[in-house]
This record gives sequence, C-alpha cells and structure tokens, in this order.
Amino acid sequence: MTHAALLVLADGRFPAGGHAHSGGAEAAVKAGRISCAADLEDFCRGRLHTAGLVAGALAAAAALGLDPRELDAAADARTPSPALRLAARRLGRQLLRAARASWPCPELDGIARSFPKGAHQPVVLGLAARAAGLGPAEAAYCALYESVSGPATATVRLLSLDPFDATGVLARLAPELDAVARTAVDAAGRAAAEGLQALPAASGPLLEIMAEAHASWPARLFAS
Amino acid sequence: MHLDHSHHGPAAVSADAHRPDGTRRALRIGLGGPVGSGKTATVAALCRQLRDELSLAVVTNDIYTREDAEFLLREAVLPPERITAVETGACPHTAIRDDISANLEAVEDLEETVGPLDLILVESGGDNLTATFSKGLVDAQIFVIDVAGGDDIPRKGGPGVTTADLLIVNKTDLAPYVGSDLARMAADAKAQRAELPVILQSLRGDSGVTEVAAWVRERLTAWTS
Ligand SMILES: Nc1nc2c(ncn2[C@@H]2O[C@H](COP(=O)(O)OP(=O)(O)O)[C@@H](O)[C@H]2O)c(=O)[nH]1
Ligand SMILES: [Mg+2]
Repeated sequence: MTHAALLVLADGRFPAGGHAHSGGAEAAVKAGRISCAADLEDFCRGRLHTAGLVAGALAAAAALGLDPRELDAAADARTPSPALRLAARRLGRQLLRAARASWPCPELDGIARSFPKGAHQPVVLGLAARAAGLGPAEAAYCALYESVSGPATATVRLLSLDPFDATGVLARLAPELDAVARTAVDAAGRAAAEGLQALPAASGPLLEIMAEAHASWPARLFAS
Repeated sequence: MHLDHSHHGPAAVSADAHRPDGTRRALRIGLGGPVGSGKTATVAALCRQLRDELSLAVVTNDIYTREDAEFLLREAVLPPERITAVETGACPHTAIRDDISANLEAVEDLEETVGPLDLILVESGGDNLTATFSKGLVDAQIFVIDVAGGDDIPRKGGPGVTTADLLIVNKTDLAPYVGSDLARMAADAKAQRAELPVILQSLRGDSGVTEVAAWVRERLTAWTS
C-alpha cells in the first residue's frame, strides 16, 4: 500500500475537472448565505456532514470493491436534484479519464465501458483510489476533503475572500473531517456485510434545491 | 499499441491522433487571446468559409455566460448540435491548459454525435497574454490580438504571441483611429516569432478571414496526409 498516491489523487491540481465546480457555493453566495469566512465555515460544515458524508461512504465502498453499478444506483437514490446527478456523472467521467491515464488497469477500463456517460464521481473516486493502491479510508478522506475544498476555493474567487482565511476554515474543519471519515468507512464496511442500505443517506435539501436554480442561470462562473 | 482499443474500452486520453478504427481523428485548432480581440468573429468567419468543404464543429469556453456559443448560434454559422459550450469556473486558462478534461469530453462528444469531423475549433475564454493551449487538447493554436489593444503587444511578447502556430493581428481597419503603427506591429511580431507565421487581417475588409482559412486548409492537408 502506498500513501504518497493519496497526495496525487487529492491534489487540487489533479486534472479531473473539479476547478469548474463550486459545490453549491456560487448559489449560496448569490443568495447572501456566504459573505465571509465564518459563513464559509458554516456552509462547509453542513456539506461535510451531508453530501460529504454520503460521498465519503460511497468512495470507501467502491474502494472496498463493492459493485460499482449498485453503488452508482445508490448514489442516484441519494441525489434528488437532476442537475447534481448530471454534474456528478460529468465529473465522474472526467475523473475516470485522469485516473486511467495515471493508474491504467483493466478495472478502470471496464468502468469506462460500462458507464459511457460517466458514473457518479465519488464511486469513480473510490475506484481510482483502489487502482492507485489506496484503501477505503484514503478514498473517504479524498471525497470528504473535496466536499469542502471545492466550495472554499470557489469562494475565494467569487468573493475575493482572503485566501488565508479560506485555508484557515479548512484547517479548522480537519478534526471534524477525521470523525466523518471514520463514520463513512464504518458505513462502507457495514454495507459490504449487510447491503447498501447501510450507506448513509444524509441530505442537505437546500443544496439540492439551489443546484436546480443555479443550473438555470443564464450567467454564472461555475458549472455547479 | 494503438491499433485496437476494443479490449480496453475507449481511449483513456485523447491526445491519440487516431480513432479506434485507425483513421485520423479531427484536427483540433485552438484560438486564444485577450477578450474582444476577435476570436469569436474569426471562428464565425472560418465556419462560413469552410463549412461547405469540411465537416466542422466548435467548442467555446465562455468565462461566465454562453454568449460566444449563443452568438455563433444566432449567426447560424453551424447547426446547433455542432456547437458546445464548456464552463470554466472563473479560470479560462485552466480549462485549456492545466485541466483539459472538460474540453476533451466536449470534443469527443462532438465526434461521437455529429462525427466523423474534419476540424474542431476550440475558442478559449478571453484571457491574458500568457494563456496557451495544452498539446493534449489541440494540435495547433492560433493567438488573436487586435490593433486596438495597443501596438506594443507584439513587442512585449509572452507565450501566446511568441509560440502560437499562427499569430493574427486583427482589426487592421481600426489602426488609423487608434493610432496603431501596423508596420511596427508586423516587425515586432516577426522579431518575436522568427519563422512562425503572422497574419494581419480585418474582418470588416473584403478579404476578411481568407488568409487564415488558407492556413487552416494547409494544416489540415498536413494532418491528413
Ligand atoms: N472593426 C473591427 N471589429 C471587429 C473585427 N473583428 C471583430 N470585431 C468586433 O470586435 C468585437 C469583439 O469581437 P469578438 O469576436 O467577440 O472577440 P473575442 O472576445 O475575442 O471573441 C465584436 O464587436 C466584433 O464585431 C475587425 O476586424 N474589425
Ligand atoms: Mg469570444
């Protein structure tokens, strides 16, 4: 098992399309819900415990080798917003491209064949982690960190927020991220033993509702 | 190694110049340069000149709207299914250089839905003078500047002006009004670029995009031969 591969996969510059997505931050900024670093912290905390937890558990389960088709269906069931499903599949396809170039293997080739329009990004992330020689915990960490680092980076661009403040938010959330990662990995372990209903289904309704509105804006900086 | 992808699913990356059946994929040409220099207008003019002889498609990378794509649609330079807009998250240069995944998806989807294509034009969202296209995304790049942006731009150089496969100095019709010295711009560009070509054009003039279209045809001949 390699640990350094985690740095490659979790690097914000890993070319998998994440830079064009705000994780709901653009809609929240426009609605006035994020206007400073404290707001960003609240927003990220909410995301971490809802969309983040679900993504982390899905990624861990995929890294454990659970059936990607069933995991993709489980991700759909946990993503009410069609706009977010579309974004997740697009990002999944982009990530798969980068992962296949980085860690070529028959398993990822098979995923490209089975999901020509892309699988949900957290599922692909788990499979990419697996291909990179990483385990379920690393996969969960990666998904959880992305769930908060995306909005933080986007907010720096959207509000000209001080980048040191945004990074401080991420640093303060780290202990909580550890705890959520443990929950996600435990859930993935139970899903392997008992079935996918053991995966968490936490949801942030406002994230889903705002995503639908955001997708219809005529002018926006981020794809989601 | 590239002869048969069928055992491996679709190619992982698409810098690969051949389709799975062994034929050459569409030539991809990127158009970069500052906002307002005439990239979209050049794309539109190229489409009008080339669409009867070639199978064409366009990818736009708008900064925060779909205006470029919508302009091309409104002008009806190509059928709508041949124009795709990519969103770039406030960083147009990232989408054409550092993380080209969304643009690659767009060109591959176009090949799949309206292909086989001969040529795909990829317009970058207007950016600064350092923005260049990744070789993983395009096979050749055009950098478009205009005479109204200041006649010292060719002298200042930068990766776009210096290394692009073709430099277009656009809007020569405006030179008298903005006091730009065309001869000086041409000489500075030549000094920066040595043998690389430079075309001075006005899309308002009679010859319009003709010279650039001829350059594109040359590239295409070299690509397919
Ligand atoms: N006078 C003049 N205007 C031009 C020329 N080419 C483009 N324009 C105008 O310049 C403006 C910006 O052009 P556009 O193609 O949208 O620039 P882009 O931001 O680089 O895509 C538009 O109003 C065009 O009609 C030209 O050769 N001469
Ligand atoms: Mg334009």
